[in-house]
Amino acid sequence: MANVTFHTDLCKGCGLCVNACPKGILAIAADKINKKGYSPAVMTDQEKCIGCAFCATMCPDCIITVEK
Amino acid sequence: MAVVFEKPKALTDAVFHYCPGCPHGIIHRLVAEVIDELGIEGKAIGVAPVGCAVMAYDYFACDMIEAAHGRAPAVATGIKRCRPENVVFTYQGDGDLASIGMAETVHSAARNENITVIFVNNAIYGMTGGQMAPTSLPGQVTQTSPYGRDVNHCGWPIKVCEMLSTLEGPEYITRVAVNNVKNVKNAKKAIKKAFQNQIEGKGFSLVEVVSACPTNWGMTPQQALEWVESDMLPYYPIGVYKDRTAAKEGTV
Repeated sequence: MANVTFHTDLCKGCGLCVNACPKGILAIAADKINKKGYSPAVMTDQEKCIGCAFCATMCPDCIITVEK
Repeated sequence: MAVVFEKPKALTDAVFHYCPGCPHGIIHRLVAEVIDELGIEGKAIGVAPVGCAVMAYDYFACDMIEAAHGRAPAVATGIKRCRPENVVFTYQGDGDLASIGMAETVHSAARNENITVIFVNNAIYGMTGGQMAPTSLPGQVTQTSPYGRDVNHCGWPIKVCEMLSTLEGPEYITRVAVNNVKNVKNAKKAIKKAFQNQIEGKGFSLVEVVSACPTNWGMTPQQALEWVESDMLPYYPIGVYKDRTAAKEGTV
């Protein structure tokens, strides 16, 4: 079981983490807007996360922390 | 649970001003991770360029200096010669390093100055709004080449690594990319080696990072990374172009 935390207020919604995730469990939340005015990336199924940190590796804004 | 990934300590809390999906953020982080791993935050001195990364001094927690456009290698030369105990690096884009700063780049490489140069190549002038750069690909549409870059009129894109590797001077010249996880991890290894070379006194190390500019290329961040793979990497192949130590030891 791994835990991925997003610093959602700093997310720019670029979606690079969504494309990098091998489990396909990240998504851009089209119904949410953060303080910067972007739709942020969110985790849809924490249980399936394997803690590979591919999302954090591709995140250009260093907003993802991964624990395993 | 143990933390397996977090923001490196060598980055400040300042929020990057870069556009969504801009790989500058990834490359900043790689440099900061290397600074953390080598434990050199206290003695690292960075030189920021003019271009999109002009405010890099806000983001790196080590000492930073802003150089005049293109002159980062010259400024770094001065710092390193006055303070050889410090670790001096420059962070430059293609408009800075390969255009106005070409002379400083070539001569600091020829002199084998003991500095580390991080060269971010995104084939366009990002900060000023997407004009053609010396590294723009043949046929690439930019603000100043709306019908695509015509090589008969504008010349051919400059391959910085290939050119510098013909010099006797430099120690380490390599090209990496940040378009996928594997390439990002390899890019970090190259950046770490470039810093280690300086610490070991080996001389001039340049890491060209093939990057993207989703905003000025008119693409989504993901499309831009795919374009890096399909169009940029065939023209700018990844690889080690010069590694004098490895060549001497016969490992290349």
